[in-house]
Amino acid sequence: MKQNIIGALCALAVMGGASAQSPKKPVAKPSTKAAAAPAAEEKDAATLEFEKFRAEMEESNPAELFEMKGQEQWKAKRGPKNVSLAESCDLGQGVGKVEGAYVKMPRYFADADAVMDAERRIVWCMVEKQGFKFDDIAKQPFANETFTPDITNLVTYVATHSRNMKIAVPLDDPKVRDAYEVGKEIAAYRAGPYDFSCNTCHGTDGKRIRMQNLPNLSTPAGAIKGVQGWPGYRMTGGVMLTHQWRMGDCFRQQRFPQPKYASDAVAYLLTYMIGTANGQVYKGPGIKR
Amino acid sequence: MTKKMILAVAMAAPLMIALPAAADGDHRAKAIAVIKKDFQPRGQAGLDRLAEDGVQAICNRTGNKPPDYIEKAMTADQLATVKYPADGKLLGDWKEGEKIAQSGRGFTWTDNPGLPVGGNCYNCHKIAPKETSFGTIGPSLYQFGKLRGNTAETQKYAYSKIWNAKAFNLCSEMPRFGHAGALNEKQVKDLVALLLDPESPVNK
Repeated sequence: MKQNIIGALCALAVMGGASAQSPKKPVAKPSTKAAAAPAAEEKDAATLEFEKFRAEMEESNPAELFEMKGQEQWKAKRGPKNVSLAESCDLGQGVGKVEGAYVKMPRYFADADAVMDAERRIVWCMVEKQGFKFDDIAKQPFANETFTPDITNLVTYVATHSRNMKIAVPLDDPKVRDAYEVGKEIAAYRAGPYDFSCNTCHGTDGKRIRMQNLPNLSTPAGAIKGVQGWPGYRMTGGVMLTHQWRMGDCFRQQRFPQPKYASDAVAYLLTYMIGTANGQVYKGPGIKR
Repeated sequence: MTKKMILAVAMAAPLMIALPAAADGDHRAKAIAVIKKDFQPRGQAGLDRLAEDGVQAICNRTGNKPPDYIEKAMTADQLATVKYPADGKLLGDWKEGEKIAQSGRGFTWTDNPGLPVGGNCYNCHKIAPKETSFGTIGPSLYQFGKLRGNTAETQKYAYSKIWNAKAFNLCSEMPRFGHAGALNEKQVKDLVALLLDPESPVNK
């Protein structure tokens, strides 16, 4: 197992180097043999193995490759207006400042007159400051096995600069508080063919789907579990995915239609979830199964 | 359907007035408006899925704790929707039932709408002892038949519960598999057999 992991890591490092030399090339799918689905009877052992693996990986996390790319893209002059995000984008801590910004979002941004999570805010900057078209970004906003969008790298870069900081969503701002309360209602909203809401799975302590533990998002201890590790490098498929993506995947499993990218609905839900985790320590971009 | 919706609306109106938390109502109204605005259809998951039916509306507005008189009236209404096989036989093939219980497929925007839908049973319940990967949102169903007896009454209960879980507990977390069109009569019978057939591993 360990050798496989090291093999996968080396493959990753090589690919990271290759993509750094040719930045247009999408991040390729690394070998995921190490994450091959375990047999049913081995699942407990596999879970333990994964926890051990995650601990070992903390110092050399695959997310770093995306962070490095994100850092280049944050600083580079890009888009039709040929400006960098570093010289134009305010994440709430001043123009260009990324330190601690991720754990203090979602927050209200007067220039956009909207409550925005980190990903939504960066997209806003790309559109308003750099001149990219929203529809182009929203066309394929999340990574797949052959493609990682710039926004994913940028979110990972920004999130890295909140590593080991306490979550501090400004809930004393009435607009953020309002978004939190609306998000809480979205989480409770049952609909669709199976009558599911977010809370069906994530509203009480100590529940599981199959062997998967379900965090209770209504408590700080549970909510941080839903925040931790995002954006995350997902072993299944070998892709880097964001918190926005995760919200969409929950709605998919809820049998709902798809939430629009960088919308109020997702921002409010994230305000509820991350706001509930206020005071808990965010460990930075992580690894997911 | 129409009758149920009229009932829901008629009951929801006085209920909302009676509820004290007006602020919650505002946030809920905003949440519904945001949901209507911010979702897009994908695959088989159309926007029609965002609309609440009568049961969902009542459960959403009462925090899943409707007053007794609504619970009674509406569970009876839900029970009336259950379709039983014409020949009255409710016990199918437990081996087929096990396959249905294992599958969690169906109804998501990535599922092929032409393929059969799974029962999702192990996602939430312990059932046959051989399957150790089971969820805990619902109660354990292990030894369901052994504890309750494979009687006509128990068969009818199990069939009805799977067809429409809201016939017994209005705001149950469990989907209404028959009512939703996920499982057909034969599939529900096979699941009844998984739970009640003395030969099923559930009752060994």
